[in-house]
Amino acid sequence: MSEPQSLLIEHGRIIDPSNGTDRVARLLLYRGKVHAMDPCDGDLPSYYLRIDATDCLVCPGLIDLGTELREPGREEDETIESGGLAAVAGGYTSILCSANTDPPIDTPAGVELVRRIAASCGGPRTHVIACCSSGRNGEQMAELGLLAQAGAIGFSDSPRPIHNSALLKRALDYCRMFNLPIFDRPVDPDLVEQGVAHDGQVALVLGLKGLPTEAEDLAVARDVRLVEATEGRLHVGPISTMGSVDLLRRVKQRGIKVTASVCPHNLWHSDEMLRSFDSRFKVHPPLRSSRHIDAVLAAVADGTIDAVQSGHMPRAREKKMDDFDQAPFGASTLETTLAVVATRLVHCGMMSWSDAIMRLSTTPARIAGLQEGNLALGSPADVVVIDPNETWTIRSAGFFSQCTSTPHEGDVVKGRVIYTIVGGEIRFTTRPALEHIP
Amino acid sequence: MEFPKTWTRKHLLDLESLSADEINVLLDTAESLKRMTEGCRRKISLLAGKTLANLFFENSTRTRNSFSLAAKRLGADTVEFSSSGSSVSKGETFVDTAKTIQAMGVDWVVTRHQTPGTPHLLARELHCSVLNAGDGAHEHPTQGLLDILTIREHRGVLDGLTVALVGDIAHSRTARSNMWGLRKLGAHVIVCGPATLVSPRWQELGFEVAHDLDEILPRCDVLNLLRIQFERQKARPFPSVHEYAARYAMNGKRMRRCPANILIMAPGPINRGVEITPEVADGPHSVILEQVTNGIAVRMASLWLLAGANEELR
Repeated sequence: MSEPQSLLIEHGRIIDPSNGTDRVARLLLYRGKVHAMDPCDGDLPSYYLRIDATDCLVCPGLIDLGTELREPGREEDETIESGGLAAVAGGYTSILCSANTDPPIDTPAGVELVRRIAASCGGPRTHVIACCSSGRNGEQMAELGLLAQAGAIGFSDSPRPIHNSALLKRALDYCRMFNLPIFDRPVDPDLVEQGVAHDGQVALVLGLKGLPTEAEDLAVARDVRLVEATEGRLHVGPISTMGSVDLLRRVKQRGIKVTASVCPHNLWHSDEMLRSFDSRFKVHPPLRSSRHIDAVLAAVADGTIDAVQSGHMPRAREKKMDDFDQAPFGASTLETTLAVVATRLVHCGMMSWSDAIMRLSTTPARIAGLQEGNLALGSPADVVVIDPNETWTIRSAGFFSQCTSTPHEGDVVKGRVIYTIVGGEIRFTTRPALEHIP
Repeated sequence: MEFPKTWTRKHLLDLESLSADEINVLLDTAESLKRMTEGCRRKISLLAGKTLANLFFENSTRTRNSFSLAAKRLGADTVEFSSSGSSVSKGETFVDTAKTIQAMGVDWVVTRHQTPGTPHLLARELHCSVLNAGDGAHEHPTQGLLDILTIREHRGVLDGLTVALVGDIAHSRTARSNMWGLRKLGAHVIVCGPATLVSPRWQELGFEVAHDLDEILPRCDVLNLLRIQFERQKARPFPSVHEYAARYAMNGKRMRRCPANILIMAPGPINRGVEITPEVADGPHSVILEQVTNGIAVRMASLWLLAGANEELR
């Protein structure tokens, strides 16, 4: 990799929720680290690039708790490279990729392969959430210790839930030795057999098989109880129901340490969209009814939901072209998550930009045990520059992701990524940086 | 025959989106064509030179033959395609299959598929007219129309009638098409069956939900007895067929609780002894075979109206 540039970001509003910073200042990135806030001219290196961030936000780069990259084995959907480019275009400087590959990542070699390919792709820092069970079969623990040694930073059977309670309990206990989190997608599979849509009035009228909210509520309740029993580290997500939110709010008040996240598609459109029978609205968790959306929005705003994850589940066009039952769940979301959060929460007055960055960067870093997610001096120079007021229309034709299926096609959003800087290097920009000639 | 100015639709996908006026146009046209073909028996050449393609991804005998006969009675040609199970297993999406058939120069694609919404997807992709012959548990609009036509022939108007749909509402496209069509024409609709097959949410949508058949019988003008769709049920939603029949089978004893002029309908195929006993199915109140004839009438009407809208054949 080339020597990271020195970058001086000027005139921007610096937001760092980790220490409450929210003011206009200059930020100097030097040798891949955050070097100085408001440096005096004498402290500047002789050669650097200048970024004019007037009217923009300068924040720690976004961190995604759940991205599917599909490589190896499902490269028709996405590759580590295309997914990585999509991530940096969406403002992400670190992503946690899930083991939903073929074969699933359940060996140290698998972890190493993904990390090695990602390192050469010019995308974000790419971390691996390895399988919790061998072959993701939900029965026998994978070699969690060896996977951890190879660099896995957590374990999950995503997109499957860890249905076997004994397995989850064992894994939570076992992982305390490595202080690594388990990520569970909370669904009781017995209650969702063949379901394709939120089990509500719309699915009833359209004759679509339902995914009932209680399938999620029950799984969240079980997960919480097992965290309490084991004191293990568990992240539940993505969640989507009023019931999950109510339960989490109560147990967090009791001091139970469990974290939760939501996907952007559950912050906006309701199941009414299914009347088109368009498979781009077939996402997981499913589009819910408006009262669930309202509950989830409120929970993101008040912190009951700790993080927003992209839930990026890319699927090839030919797969999404099939009929609604056969088409796979999934959507391309990396490039639109920030804009959806800004539009649905910040610009509506439900939360501040600082809280939005908290949900998208600072807290995800804490959940994943990463040192990034802040702009403290000496931390990695992972920065996103956002124009909070740019209004644009989501068009999947311009996506870096191979997958162009999105429930947000044509939606008008406000807030756009201008620069994504990873380790002091500009990995994505819509504007050229200016050279400073000494 | 003059083309009705109020008809502008190119596809027939569901009854939920049709207005009462449009449903009446379909029914009036069906009655006219039934007369012109002397009870759907004689051939006329209203649609000569046109071609209908049956594209069925699910088994069917009566609906498929009914569409074919309707086309032939009006002088059109028919072509048959079938595919069991998922088209993906053959490496082709159903949209590609439909486009291939369209390229052979057909005017209507009649489609049946196990997944709700497939006719709607085809309608977006194809230039020709698409008719829904059943999409999963969603709708079966011509079945709804033929049921409503049969009631109208006997009672003159739908407005003010009470019609009970009995049985497996959850999995029934026939139920949904009947519910929307009947309600738009002013009938009171009761959906009746075990609580596991009749969602309370139908009440939020303005339909009466009942679980006790004996209680509602005295209030009904029409009973439409739906087949239990064993093939669509993963886990049986009631303890046994024996128990179901005891609570919901229409038999001679239950007939005595009904008004004297009750109409007994069934979309078929019927499970004799489950939803209906032979004495009722073959009894004087049964109009089951008239429904079959009217099926050809409403399908002739649908083909003629869609072709007219498509080519402004007025």
